[in-house]
Amino acid sequence: MTWFTADRLRLLVPALSLAVLLAAVFWVQPRAMSYTGLNLLFNLAVPIALATIAQMLIMTVNDLDLSMGTFVSFVACVTATFLQSNPVVGVLILVGCVGVYVVLGMVIYLRNLPSIVVTLGMSFVWGGLAVLLLPAPGGVAPDWIRAVMVSKPPLVPMAIIASVLIAAVAHWIVIRSAFGVVIRGVGGNERSVTRAGWSVLRARAAAYALAAVFAVLAGMCLVGLTTSADANIALRYTLLSIAGVILGGGEFVGGRVSPIGAVIGALTLTLAASFLSFLKISPDWQIGAQGAILIIVLALRLVLNRREGGAGK
Amino acid sequence: MKHFVVMTGLTVLLTSTALAETSAKRIALSNNYAGNSWRQAMLQSWETITKPAVEAGIVAAADAFTTAENQATEQAAQIQNMILEGYDAIVVNAASPTALNGAVKEACDAGITVVSFDGIVTEPCAWRIAVDFKQMGKDQLTYLAEKLPEGGKLLEIRGLAGVFVDDEISAGIHEGVAENPQFEIVGSVHGDWAQDVAQKAVAGILPSLPEDIVGVVTQGGDGYGAAQAFAAAGRDMPLIIMGNRQDELAWWKEQKDANGYETMSVSIAPGVSTLAFWVAQQILDGQDVPKELVVPFLRIDQDGLEASLETTPAGGVANVEYSLEDAQAVIAAAK
Repeated sequence: MTWFTADRLRLLVPALSLAVLLAAVFWVQPRAMSYTGLNLLFNLAVPIALATIAQMLIMTVNDLDLSMGTFVSFVACVTATFLQSNPVVGVLILVGCVGVYVVLGMVIYLRNLPSIVVTLGMSFVWGGLAVLLLPAPGGVAPDWIRAVMVSKPPLVPMAIIASVLIAAVAHWIVIRSAFGVVIRGVGGNERSVTRAGWSVLRARAAAYALAAVFAVLAGMCLVGLTTSADANIALRYTLLSIAGVILGGGEFVGGRVSPIGAVIGALTLTLAASFLSFLKISPDWQIGAQGAILIIVLALRLVLNRREGGAGK
Repeated sequence: MKHFVVMTGLTVLLTSTALAETSAKRIALSNNYAGNSWRQAMLQSWETITKPAVEAGIVAAADAFTTAENQATEQAAQIQNMILEGYDAIVVNAASPTALNGAVKEACDAGITVVSFDGIVTEPCAWRIAVDFKQMGKDQLTYLAEKLPEGGKLLEIRGLAGVFVDDEISAGIHEGVAENPQFEIVGSVHGDWAQDVAQKAVAGILPSLPEDIVGVVTQGGDGYGAAQAFAAAGRDMPLIIMGNRQDELAWWKEQKDANGYETMSVSIAPGVSTLAFWVAQQILDGQDVPKELVVPFLRIDQDGLEASLETTPAGGVANVEYSLEDAQAVIAAAK
């Protein structure tokens, strides 16, 4: 049962850091300790959590998506324009986007291309399309998305329910389902997956498709929160999503990921920014301080992992 | 005498009630970017005006926040944090006119007054202190028509292609030309609001232009570069409209002293943040303030050149801080 401990440990550090940070925020700003407070703290983390899961799926097969931010921005622009005015066309475009991701996943594998280069190139494509679609910021969020994002369910705020839901669904897909085992296998040991009779091509295409679906959801949620779009609305998501995966216990290679951890990582990143702003730290120091929080969490994880490794021997 | 005492007593009472309205109120500035001289001056002005205001008890707090990265999502989070911190008013220079609307709506729903300026937001519940860039372009032609009644050929220096501000100022200039048909724009280049780019662009187009250029219409940050290009080509110096940058004013002063060169300079003062502060204070005070307000331009004419140049730091922009009375005048003008 050693794998269970490793898995739990992987989650322990991010969960603990989120708890500590949350306690600190409550201490600095007691007003946050309420239904509205929690919602305000975490609602913008929902699209980040979705983008983080998307990035995590790509990282599961040992790739990296540097176009995540521009892709989410593009989806946001589609959502605020076509999906609102002409839902059929909007849905078709979004389905087409998923298709593009499938092709990307296959091309990267078949031609043995570095995913970083391909997705970096795609980031300019998505960015350009977003500007073509919305040369000036604007558009309107479809009412139903807006209604979902500002809904006020009883007892627990929307942001928390959404985060738990995202974590649960992603956990089920990646950790519990047979498909999840295969894509993690592709990341861990591609050859053994092939030998076991699975198609790596198909697994990678599916992983990319699923990632695109989560990224599309991220863009839609974001527009639901902001009410309208902007071609540069989500540029930060590229790095935030990668940081979220790593913070949540994932690794760049080997198919070692944790969906629950990734969601926690996204929440932690959002919370860290709010915490620093509550402390009234000067903006010149905020990026540095945010980096420091990241490094502390990662260092903590490394120390714990080492200890666990030592105990195993 | 008794009358006088009663009167003063009454005034004191009146002013103190006016103060009491906002003395417990807290105002926050949400700023998305601080990476250029204009924004630095803007933050500096905010500090200069709000500090005494807080000390005098006009408001309880006026804290300035700048996001670490110039991103709309980050600023939206910043505004939501301000809601949590319980500010009564949020003054915002927005990263995007639309992407903050959700957060601004949250703030309005929480009963917070939101005043946007410079980078305005489109959410209807917020107040907007906008810049009439079109008018800024048109004013240049009005000035030229006064100075050069016989008209002539003009060179237009535009800003950064594809940016809304560039389109607006240029549209204003062309509207002005249409109203003053004695003028004709014979050339147009993009100076990107930067002296070095403008200098290169003007130097590039000059050989193809006729000798008798009488004026250069600009967008700010490009006048000095244009002057350098004309000087280098050995051409007669036309009337170049300036944009309140220190290097432009310094060059103008040099020319004025040497040969009585005359022009004018126009731009938006970074101190517009203080105007937004007073507008927010007035709204909190219960005054009836229209949702759409217009920023007055900061215009420097021949007589005011020395005074403006003196107060403008090297590498900076001419600035002015607004008072409560200025804000009331702007509000009255909008009604």
